[in-house]
Amino acid sequence: MSESAEKKDAAAAVKPGDATTDAQSTTKAALEAGSQHTGRTELEVVDVRHGLFGVHGTGDTSGYGGLVSTIALPGPSERPYGGWFDEVVDILVEVLDESGTGYANAIEYVVVDRGELTLHVSRAHLVEVAQALRDDQDLRFELSLGVSGVHYPHEHGRELHAVYQLVSVTHGRRLRLEVAASDDDPHIPSTTGVYPANDWHERETFDFFGLIFDGHPGLARIEMPDDWPGHPQRKDYPLGGIPVEYKGATIPPADQRRSYS
Amino acid sequence: MSTTHSTARIVDDADLPLFEASGGDWSQIAEEAARLGEERIVVNMGPQHPSTHGVLRLMLEIDGETVTEARAGIGYLHTGIEKNMEFRTWTQGVTFCTRMDYVAPLFQEAAYCLAVEKLLGITDDIPERASVIRVLMMELNRITSHLVCLATGGNELGATTIMTVGFTAREEILRIFELISGLRMNHAYIRPGGVAQDLPTGAVQATRDALVNVKHYMTQLEELMLANPILHLRLKGVGYLGLAGCMGLGITGPVLRSSGLPYDVRKSDPYCGYETYDFDVPTATDADSWSRVVLRMEEIHQSIRIVEQALERLEKNPGPVMVEDKKIAWPAQLAIGTDGMGNSLDHIREIMGTSMEALIHHFKLVTEGFRVPAGQVFQTVEHPRGELGVHLVSDGGTRPYRAHFRDPSFNNLQATSIMCEGGQVADVVVAVASLDPVLGGVDR
Repeated sequence: MSESAEKKDAAAAVKPGDATTDAQSTTKAALEAGSQHTGRTELEVVDVRHGLFGVHGTGDTSGYGGLVSTIALPGPSERPYGGWFDEVVDILVEVLDESGTGYANAIEYVVVDRGELTLHVSRAHLVEVAQALRDDQDLRFELSLGVSGVHYPHEHGRELHAVYQLVSVTHGRRLRLEVAASDDDPHIPSTTGVYPANDWHERETFDFFGLIFDGHPGLARIEMPDDWPGHPQRKDYPLGGIPVEYKGATIPPADQRRSYS
Repeated sequence: MSTTHSTARIVDDADLPLFEASGGDWSQIAEEAARLGEERIVVNMGPQHPSTHGVLRLMLEIDGETVTEARAGIGYLHTGIEKNMEFRTWTQGVTFCTRMDYVAPLFQEAAYCLAVEKLLGITDDIPERASVIRVLMMELNRITSHLVCLATGGNELGATTIMTVGFTAREEILRIFELISGLRMNHAYIRPGGVAQDLPTGAVQATRDALVNVKHYMTQLEELMLANPILHLRLKGVGYLGLAGCMGLGITGPVLRSSGLPYDVRKSDPYCGYETYDFDVPTATDADSWSRVVLRMEEIHQSIRIVEQALERLEKNPGPVMVEDKKIAWPAQLAIGTDGMGNSLDHIREIMGTSMEALIHHFKLVTEGFRVPAGQVFQTVEHPRGELGVHLVSDGGTRPYRAHFRDPSFNNLQATSIMCEGGQVADVVVAVASLDPVLGGVDR
């Protein structure tokens, strides 16, 4: 680590040396600045980090510790979304309003980022949205490329996300559905009734994240052994270190090693 | 949540006579079954069985010779690659994902790198030559992967010559891989921003020579297989899966195309400049194991066509093979020394002797890596077994926050039941071989 780089970062940070007490307000300021800059209403904060690198809370003083960086995922987008995205959302509004569910109830928000469309769906209406996307002749997302889970421990009440990738072979389009559930109530309705392909993918997501897909025909572990405790791809899953026979020294688990924050 | 597991006892009737056999002589098991007067037997096939393409476990309920229920059990090769990738830099991730589907490693590398590039927003900055080399490597890899499928599929039916010819042909291309990337498998050759190094001298000509041999072996394979009455009897009408079944189960690749739909990501969502290459997407309508064999042979010929076009472009285009941005491009310059390949001495001389800034830059990029703006992307490529998807989430750090691979074999194995049930026990082997699963990719 070069000294000059540290100095630069020190100059850029607000109130160096006062990081712990000032972290909250810096975060808010960063959030406001972010929302003004991009014109988005709200950012999805996934993490707030302190310092440049090193192990935290162990007295390891290497690296500058006063830097506070807020990590936020791209927030909701405003219309127009661009390209065919508007058309698809319009049709979805029509279909969902017609069925009595209401678009606003089913779709929490829409994110357009890096040329990809993500619909954040409320979990109660996931199956209905998937059914509409598959069956409406102007949507026809007939191919599901499976489910993937993501664990965001910093998003309180929405820690576990399930992400569905859909393809419309008919129209040559792709979009993504994202559903969130909390750690305390990790239930999401199963989409196997609409997309039988999601059978094993939902089992895998259950296995690795502990998301429970209600209505799945046989939700059991698929990769890990049946009696395995815990869900290994969650961020809070304890990792093992490596015992080394040299003066009692050990290599700590991967998530406790010195790393760049 | 249901507590039933796929490995739970299929027959749960207390009145049925029960016998258990773990291994042993088949005639003894059959005698025992005959003594009990019960025709229905549950048989475990695998996970250690030569005709299950790796550690795949099949649970078959058979009535005489007929399979009445078939279930697949996986997870015997799970190594936590996705979790491991969360603790390595974005560049090191390539070294991990190349080990997933070890028969087609370059596709994981390419899909992962395309996803990282999409997250970085540098998709358009990738040099033309790097994209052509990627296409060249992927199509050569498609040929080797299909050859393994044909070879092992033949071997499982007892046709050893099909295996030896197939593997001999594959060896030709593995030599090219070794020449270009230094390794026969687990290449880690495609990197975010381009490829690890440019083609060595003579690589284009060596590939041309190898293609001549591959075509020669393909002729041999076609003469051996296409009019072979035994193969016709064993493969035709076996492992049927129509278009509706494929779409419902999310089956892609040769299995989907054998049911008549010309869905190929290279055509529908081109990447690496595939839209500029001239090739066809072969299809069939029989949706059985035989049509998949013919389809894979045809795809090998199409891949050879693409490779030839890529070679022509490589001769004309001497450009760089790594993105210009020095904050992303790997700083190491490889060269052949007296003790083999390693860091170029000129590069070492520069960073150690003349430029401290270059040394700091090299050190920072190799140890810390680059940061990727927060967000998520999904990138798919046409893998030899179907559509390979990479879901990457970045939290703005130097390592992936989440890397998920939608492996085509994992998804396609779901079709085992529908393809095997109602058929003969011997046809299970044929049906599974026509899916061409590679368990390294399935379990990751």
